[in-house]
Amino acid sequence: MTVHTATEPGLYLSAKALDALLPMHIWLDAEGRVLRVGPTMSKLAEGKTWIGKHFFSLAEIRRPTRIEDVRALHAVSGHRLGLRLSAMPDLQLRGQALSLPDLSGIVIDISFGVSFADAVEQRGLTLSDFSPCDQTVELLYLREAISAVAHESRNLTDRLIASEHAAQTRALTDALTGLANRRALDDLLFKLLHEPAAPFTLIHMDLDFFKQINDELGHAAGDAVLVRVAQVLRDEVREADVAARVGGDEFVIVLRNCDDPMFVERIAERLIDRLEEPIEIGNESCRISASVGSTRSSSYQRPDADQMLRDADLALYASKRAGRGRHSFFSSEMNSGAK
Amino acid sequence: MNGLINRALQGFLMETYGTSVWEAVRRDAQLGFDDFEAMLRYETGITAQVAKAAAKRLDKSPAALLEDVGTFLIAHQKHERLRRLLRFGGNDFREFLFSLEDLPGRARMALPGLDVPEFILAQKSATRFELTVVWRDSQLAPVILGAVRAMADEYGALVLLELVEGDGPDAVMALDLLDNEFAEARSFELGEAAL
Repeated sequence: MTVHTATEPGLYLSAKALDALLPMHIWLDAEGRVLRVGPTMSKLAEGKTWIGKHFFSLAEIRRPTRIEDVRALHAVSGHRLGLRLSAMPDLQLRGQALSLPDLSGIVIDISFGVSFADAVEQRGLTLSDFSPCDQTVELLYLREAISAVAHESRNLTDRLIASEHAAQTRALTDALTGLANRRALDDLLFKLLHEPAAPFTLIHMDLDFFKQINDELGHAAGDAVLVRVAQVLRDEVREADVAARVGGDEFVIVLRNCDDPMFVERIAERLIDRLEEPIEIGNESCRISASVGSTRSSSYQRPDADQMLRDADLALYASKRAGRGRHSFFSSEMNSGAK
Repeated sequence: MNGLINRALQGFLMETYGTSVWEAVRRDAQLGFDDFEAMLRYETGITAQVAKAAAKRLDKSPAALLEDVGTFLIAHQKHERLRRLLRFGGNDFREFLFSLEDLPGRARMALPGLDVPEFILAQKSATRFELTVVWRDSQLAPVILGAVRAMADEYGALVLLELVEGDGPDAVMALDLLDNEFAEARSFELGEAAL
């Protein structure tokens, strides 16, 4: 037991000085009744007076052990206490009790410990409620500062992700038509051929009579036609399919999960039909058509992107040779014909 | 921390004069990117460069413009978090002034390595102070001046504040604290932070 006796060099403190030094103290008499409460502590009492009340009716000391009388409190004088106040039962507080000379009383100093933020918020405490030596204000500051920094970081990260996403989309998109570009097509084919995927069909399409429009009506008209073609492609393929512009007037369509020649034939015919509809540009009515060739991944033992693109191209040229505006499936005879 | 100031400069121009003025200033200053980011660190001199371009377009002095940016940095609702952090400096403006010397240490508790100005406060008489601002970019002193003036308003203090010639390379401002409690302070509750 640490007992401070009158023979030790001592210090007399007025009650006011005690208030200033320890604004969160509770001073008990020899029987454990409250004699005085520091100004910040009395804010926690919310207007109710604690003076004259028995300390153990106001607080519950849980550590180092449950302490319920003055004698036991003297016994832990100078130790770290864990306690709760019945006025704020949800806050875990920290404290230290010091026995006064000749066991004439006890002064208990209390701190918020890690409950500081809740306590300050619940009781509306201000800067002047804390002793200048108390680090609670610093903790509050730090808590807000860290939160502000985290907030800014999150915003910055969100903006960076959004702009990276936009850049990525730009890198994979044909600027004029908004279709996928060559790079996006290569990525897709790589994925379809290197990851487990259902069989797919590759369609290669080349516009017929496009060069005349460019030559006779100018590039702006040519661009307008390409934008219109892109719209037709978007309309006619399914959501999961991908249409890419891979050259001036060359397009590749990947029909995913598609191994049905009848279905491919239908799509190709519909595309050609729609592309043959006259396109109005200014006062001019333009007519184009398309030659189409296709090949299916299931027709290869080990399908390869370059091989499939070459084969679809051969089928496309077979369509051109056969009079344009039509669709051909690749067949191995085309290979020998090309050689 | 110059990211914060650059961002405030952009925000001030956009809010006060409109996005088109900001766009024009951005082009004049040959910025090469769209927006400043508060969390990033920019090369010294870029703030002065943008301020110069903006001042020319708005027919103001760069110093007056930067001072407005300093005020904007404290007073605008957007910067409520910063305003609150500075209010932790003290109960009144006098305490706040004395707390400025602790500011770099406090700021770096939250964000180690943050580039914050160092302050040296000298009291010359009961009401006269001299505040020296040590920073790598001394051209930004008017921003600090505007911010300190806004903090005086914040606390309801009446001050006279001006940049004066210092002995060294650092910016020095003379401050007369005419009335520490001239008006009601803006509200500040310790426990009302929006985290």
